[in-house]
Amino acid sequence: MEELVYEQLNESVFREKMDNGLQVFLLSKPELAKTYGIFTTNYGSIDQTFTPIGKNEKVTVPEGIAHFLEHKLFEKEDRDVFQDFTKLGASANAFTSFTKTAYLFSATSQIEKNVETLLDFVQDPYFSKESVDKEKGIIAQEIKMYDDQPDWRAFFGTIQSLYEKHPVKVDIAGTVDSIQEITKDDLYTCYETFYHPSNMVLFVAGNFNPEEMMEQIRTNQANKDFKEIPEIERSYPDEPKSVAKAEGSITMPVTTAKAMVGVKEDVSSLNGEELLRAELISGMILDFYFSRSGEFYDELYQADLIDDSFQFETELDRQFGFTILGGDSRKPDELAARLKEMLHSIKEKKISEEDFTRMKRKKIGQFMRALNSLEFIANQFTHYHTLGVDLFDVLPVIESLSAEDADQYVEHWIKDDRISVFQVKPQEQ
Amino acid sequence: MKISKETVVEKKGYRLHILPSKKYKTISIVAKLKAPMKREGITERALLPSVLQKATQQLPNVRTLQSALENLYGTGFSSDGSKKGENHVLSFRMEVVNEVYLKNQEPILENALQIFSDVLFDPKVENGAFDESIVAREKQTLEQKIKSIKDDKMSYANMRLIDHMCKDEPYALHVHGYLEDFEQITAQSLYEYYQAMINRDLLDVYISGDVDQTEIEKLADQYFTREFSENADDHKHSELTGSIEAKEIVEEDDVNQGKLHIGYRTNIKFGDPDYYALQVFNGIYGGFPSSKLFMNVREKHSLAYYAASRFESHKGLLLVFSGVDPKDYDQAKSIILEQMKAMESGDFTDDQVEDSKEQVINQLQETMDNANGLIEVLYHQTLSGKDIPAEELIENIRNVKKEDVIKVAEKIQLDTIYFLTSQEGGE
Repeated sequence: MEELVYEQLNESVFREKMDNGLQVFLLSKPELAKTYGIFTTNYGSIDQTFTPIGKNEKVTVPEGIAHFLEHKLFEKEDRDVFQDFTKLGASANAFTSFTKTAYLFSATSQIEKNVETLLDFVQDPYFSKESVDKEKGIIAQEIKMYDDQPDWRAFFGTIQSLYEKHPVKVDIAGTVDSIQEITKDDLYTCYETFYHPSNMVLFVAGNFNPEEMMEQIRTNQANKDFKEIPEIERSYPDEPKSVAKAEGSITMPVTTAKAMVGVKEDVSSLNGEELLRAELISGMILDFYFSRSGEFYDELYQADLIDDSFQFETELDRQFGFTILGGDSRKPDELAARLKEMLHSIKEKKISEEDFTRMKRKKIGQFMRALNSLEFIANQFTHYHTLGVDLFDVLPVIESLSAEDADQYVEHWIKDDRISVFQVKPQEQ
Repeated sequence: MKISKETVVEKKGYRLHILPSKKYKTISIVAKLKAPMKREGITERALLPSVLQKATQQLPNVRTLQSALENLYGTGFSSDGSKKGENHVLSFRMEVVNEVYLKNQEPILENALQIFSDVLFDPKVENGAFDESIVAREKQTLEQKIKSIKDDKMSYANMRLIDHMCKDEPYALHVHGYLEDFEQITAQSLYEYYQAMINRDLLDVYISGDVDQTEIEKLADQYFTREFSENADDHKHSELTGSIEAKEIVEEDDVNQGKLHIGYRTNIKFGDPDYYALQVFNGIYGGFPSSKLFMNVREKHSLAYYAASRFESHKGLLLVFSGVDPKDYDQAKSIILEQMKAMESGDFTDDQVEDSKEQVINQLQETMDNANGLIEVLYHQTLSGKDIPAEELIENIRNVKKEDVIKVAEKIQLDTIYFLTSQEGGE
């Protein structure tokens, strides 16, 4: 067990790689009542084509299967695992993203048993035909719930405009049709390939003794039998750097239209630290122009092109990346056109050293505020770890950035063939 | 168990709540302004948080104000209006990084408090009116917000349920205000409302974080003292009299998924002796994934992705919500009603009672680990006028027995079944 100490933040993390390859991180916070544990596999909705363990041929599995598998892991032959956590006074949950599936609990008592339960249920699958069929009705309702959410539709519509082939364009939960094809055997195939401990990370943060906790996890893992596996072979289509379509839209029963502008980011050549720097710099540039203090936000708001729903984000991950800006608008065409012009004009502008310092301070403060949350620490630490970056290095990296870095970044950032516009249009009454 | 100690000090024109804690890297400051829920002035109250947050005399526009907050290490500052029982509460929340974590000698906290105080007490005013352009713009924004409620079907269905259920009670008033009021609200009339509000509303200020009590009191006095207010609370709540006749309302909209929302009257409020048993009741009935609603509507019959209940502590409501296919309305409805019957007839085990107690306690402790969560818990107490130490809250939950839960179930009355469904109705 190794201790990583971050002096400025007054935090330390204990790290150990188990014999079976599982990465474990523990962060002790004795001031809190709560403990949060999250067990993550580096497997998400984009991992649709791969060579199953023990096979030589690539397979492509139905859309939405990673999320389906997440639902089904909670059900065992004789019980529902939610009940196990209930008995332990804990609350449990799970989520599936483009690149990860994660199982988590939070509790204020019986922490050891809860960690044990988390490890054991994820590492002991039980899938049957009956339970797979039953789940289809539940997930169909989940998909329909999202279908009624204009924000979600706008987000996914933008990604679908940006990406032509890559499975990031597929809704994480799949479609009502695609999930009908999922079988018990498909679930086992995905499980055996992606839920090997060497593809997984456990992060526990909160109120416990780290030495004892690590020992418990070590024993738990040593008692289980996992064959060593070769590196997982995943396959993704060749995605062009330019966008799939420059414009797209859907019609929905909304009162206000939405306009989103997406930028397709090129992450192919970036290693972990470069990815982190790119994420921080683009975040600060967007903040500078498009947060409430920014000249672009002010112009758009005064012109009644945006309202409080206006948002922007950059997401960079293995395999894909995008920046999306937009929100509700009474003049969606005008907003989209202005946003595109603004993004293009960033290249011609300069951020002064003083303004850049202000953006750095803002980033530092946001990061410190986020560190109040065990969930943020555990989830983000895991995320950055899979990309080869240490979460707590975010602070020194922000401190090292200069206005010059921002200037360099914008030089190659916005290109016309990497921008898409997507709109949600109200139905004609 | 770790429970923060709260020190409450009656100050000139406000009540100060200090919550020293080493859990956080930040200091949280929350100001809450409370008034009885009334139709008159509700649209003004909906507008005020966003107008006030736009400009002060010192920082006369959004960009300078926001830049100043950014320079204070991205100090977070937000405000909103909400309904707590039959009170309207305006909350202003600030979160500042604790200076000990910064390589900087500036008085970050004090500078942030200055902005907080200016937003509340020294907004941008000219000739007895707010800035015309700000008010005009914020009216547009609010108008959009009111019109967009319909786009979030879960909130919309919830609002419609309350509209029908609490029709003649202040609780049914819309916290976002009403479009019909817009015409008469001017920069001047809004400022007049603001002056009455800032002088007369009951003000509670919470400060949580790794702070020194004496120092923080001095700072608070400097920035929150009010000249005029007596800060007295004399508001009485409306009580529903007579028997309830359960009603069923179906409305149509362009939706893929139907929204089934059911409202019950619990006849139990925060601080009542059976409030603890109500919490345990909700845990068994619909509060958690292990509850009857989730297990029956979702797991057993695959009718929904979510099916849950929550209760409103100051008005005495229990609200059930689920998203189901329009064709499954009758089946989902009867399952939900049957589960309530099962609660009344004691169709649950002692083990379930124990599990629910643990879940409720766990949830409470987790909430109190979070600065804003703890402040909300404590404000509930302030609202009800019943100060119960956290240890006692937990002890009271532990003492709940199965009989108590059944008694709660017997007290609960069905009021309104509301279903928002597709135009075809799925029949």
